[in-house]
Amino acid sequence: MEKEFEILEHTADVGIVAYGSDMKMAFANAARGMFSLITEPDDVEETEYRDIELTAPDQESLLVNFLNELIFLFDVENILFKKFNITELSNTSLKARSYGEKVDSKRHELKIGIKAATYHMLKIEKNNGIRVQVLFDI
Amino acid sequence: MAAEWQGKIRKLDDYRWEIPTSYKEGMRVPGLIYASEAMLRHTLEEKAAEQVANVAFLPGIVGHSLAMPDIHWGYGFPIGGVAATRVRDGVVSPGGVGFDINCGVRLLRTNLTEAEVRPKIEQLVNELYTSIPSGVGSKGKLRVSEKELDEVMVKGSRWAVEKGFGDAEDIVVTEGSGCIKGANPDKVSKKAKQRGIPQLGTLGSGNHFLEVAVVNEIFNNKTAGVMGIQRVGQVVVLIHTGSRGFGHQVCTDYVALLGQAVKKYGINLPDRQLACAPVQSPEGKDYLAAMAGAANYAWTNRQCIAHWTRESFMKVLGKSRKELGLEQVYDVAHNIAKIEEHTVDGRKEELCVHRKGATRAFPAGHPEVPPVYRDIGQPVIIPGDMGRYSYVAVGTETAMKETFGSTCHGAGRMQSRSAAKRSLRGADVLRSLADRGITVKTGSLSSLAEEASEAYKDVSDVIDVTQKAGISLKIMKSVPMGVVKG
Repeated sequence: MEKEFEILEHTADVGIVAYGSDMKMAFANAARGMFSLITEPDDVEETEYRDIELTAPDQESLLVNFLNELIFLFDVENILFKKFNITELSNTSLKARSYGEKVDSKRHELKIGIKAATYHMLKIEKNNGIRVQVLFDI
Repeated sequence: MAAEWQGKIRKLDDYRWEIPTSYKEGMRVPGLIYASEAMLRHTLEEKAAEQVANVAFLPGIVGHSLAMPDIHWGYGFPIGGVAATRVRDGVVSPGGVGFDINCGVRLLRTNLTEAEVRPKIEQLVNELYTSIPSGVGSKGKLRVSEKELDEVMVKGSRWAVEKGFGDAEDIVVTEGSGCIKGANPDKVSKKAKQRGIPQLGTLGSGNHFLEVAVVNEIFNNKTAGVMGIQRVGQVVVLIHTGSRGFGHQVCTDYVALLGQAVKKYGINLPDRQLACAPVQSPEGKDYLAAMAGAANYAWTNRQCIAHWTRESFMKVLGKSRKELGLEQVYDVAHNIAKIEEHTVDGRKEELCVHRKGATRAFPAGHPEVPPVYRDIGQPVIIPGDMGRYSYVAVGTETAMKETFGSTCHGAGRMQSRSAAKRSLRGADVLRSLADRGITVKTGSLSSLAEEASEAYKDVSDVIDVTQKAGISLKIMKSVPMGVVKG
C-alpha cells in the first residue's frame, strides 16, 4: 500500500503530511494521521459513526475545520475515530461519515491531547496526486 | 529540522538582537529577540525568528515585535512572543494568545520542610493524582450547569471562592484579581460550552502539571520574605494549567471568524494563523469578550485545583490548614491579551498586549500590583521542566520600558516531541527522575518521555538572560520532589 501519511516534526507541536490519489483520500488520510497521534489505530474498533457537514470559504479552511470538528467530537463524546468516508467534497463544502468507538481506558492508551488544527504551514498541493500538510497545537 | 534562518539580524548587545524592518516588506516595527549568543544560534535553526518578523505585520503594533529568551517555533506567533497593538487603531489576534487561553501558573507556599514531606511524598502524589483529574480528555468532578458556566466566565476566581473553593485572599494575589472584565457568554459558541462544562477542575495533559517542590536557593532574602519564602528547604506547590477544551474551542472559533475579518478589513498577513481584526471592530470586540470568558474559566480552574491541593495535603499530612500554610503567593497568566496603559514615544497609550508564552512582569509601584507586593514588584512564576528547577522572579522598570512589562514564561522546548520519544523511553525517564529524588505519577508514559528535561532548554539559561537584560529579577529557585503529570 502507498504511504497514507507521515509525521511532521516541529519543536513544540506535531504536524501531519497526508497523501491521496484524490482530495477526498488526502482529507481522510489527514484525519487518520491525526488520530494516530492520539492513540494506536489498530486498537480502535469501528462500532459507531458520526456525520459531519461543513462549509468554509476555501479548501484549506475546510480541511482545518474538518479536523477541528473531529477534535471537538473526541473531546466531548470521547470517540476515537479510525475510518473516514468523505462522501462529498468541493472547494467550499464537505460531507463525511467517520467511524470509531468510545475511549476504553483498558484498551486505548491516549498518547497526546490535540488542542486544535492550525493554519500555520497549512498546505494543499496538487501534482501527481494530492499532498496536504497540517500543524496541530499540542 | 529546517535549515538555518537566513534573515537579517543585528546584535544590539550581548542579550538583545534586532530584526530590522528592512528584512521583510510589510514589517511595521523591528523585531527584538532577548537571547544569549548560544541560545540565538538554536533559535535560528528553527522558524521562530521568521515568526517574530511576521508578527511585526500586525496593524497598530508599537515598539518591537518581541521575543523572550524562551522563544521557540510556534504556530503563527512564536512561543515567547509579545506584541502590543494600539487599542484605538490596532488589531487583536487570537493566535497571539493561543489555543490554551490563560494557560498560567499558580504558586502556593507551605510552612512545611522537605524533611516533613519527603517520607510521605509518594502517598501525597498519589492523593493529588486521585483528587485532581488529569490526562487527555479528563473530565472534572464539578459538573456545572450551563448557567453556572456563564457565571464562571463572568466572575473568574471569585466564582470558585464563593462556592467554597479556596480563600478570599487568593483572589487578591492573582493577576488582575482572577478576572478580566467584559466577558460575554453570548459571544462563546455552544461547542465551547459543551467542551468547557465537563472539563472544569481538570489539569489536562501535555506540559501541564502539579508539582510539589522544595526551595533550594534564595537570591534576595528580603523580597522572598515578602512572598512568604523564608528558607531553603521550604516546600512550595506549583500548578500549571489553563482553560482546557473551552479555551481551545474559543480560539478555534475565532481564528476561523477573524480569518474572514482579515479580508473584510483588507489586512495583509504573511501567515493565516495570525488572523486578526481591529480591536474596535465588532469581530475584535467579540473575540475579546469571549477570550475574557475563557481566561476567567482558567482562573476558576486553577482556583479549584488549588483547593483540592490543600485538601490533599491536609489528608496525607494530617495537619490543619493553619499548620500547613498553603497560602497563595501569586497566580500568573502566560497566554493572554490584556488592555493596559503603557508609555509609547513619551505619551500614554492604551494598548492590547498579547503575551503568547510570556508573563506579565510589572514593577514595584505599579497600580496593578497588589498592595502586599507594591514595594517589590509583581511576582513572576517561571516553571522549568519537571526534572530540573523552577524560578520565581519580580517585574522591573526595564520590562515596563522595553517589553510592555513582560518577561519569559518557562524553559522553552528545544527538541521535538517525536525526537524526544525516539531517544527516551517513558519508563527510563521515570527511573532517572526517581534517581534524582523526584516521584512522578502520570497517566501516560509516552507523554512523560515527550516532556523529559532533555527536550527543554535549561531554564537557568533563560533566567540568566532575563536577569542580565533586566526585564525581571530572580528571587528564588525550587526543585521538584513530586509531580502529577497529565
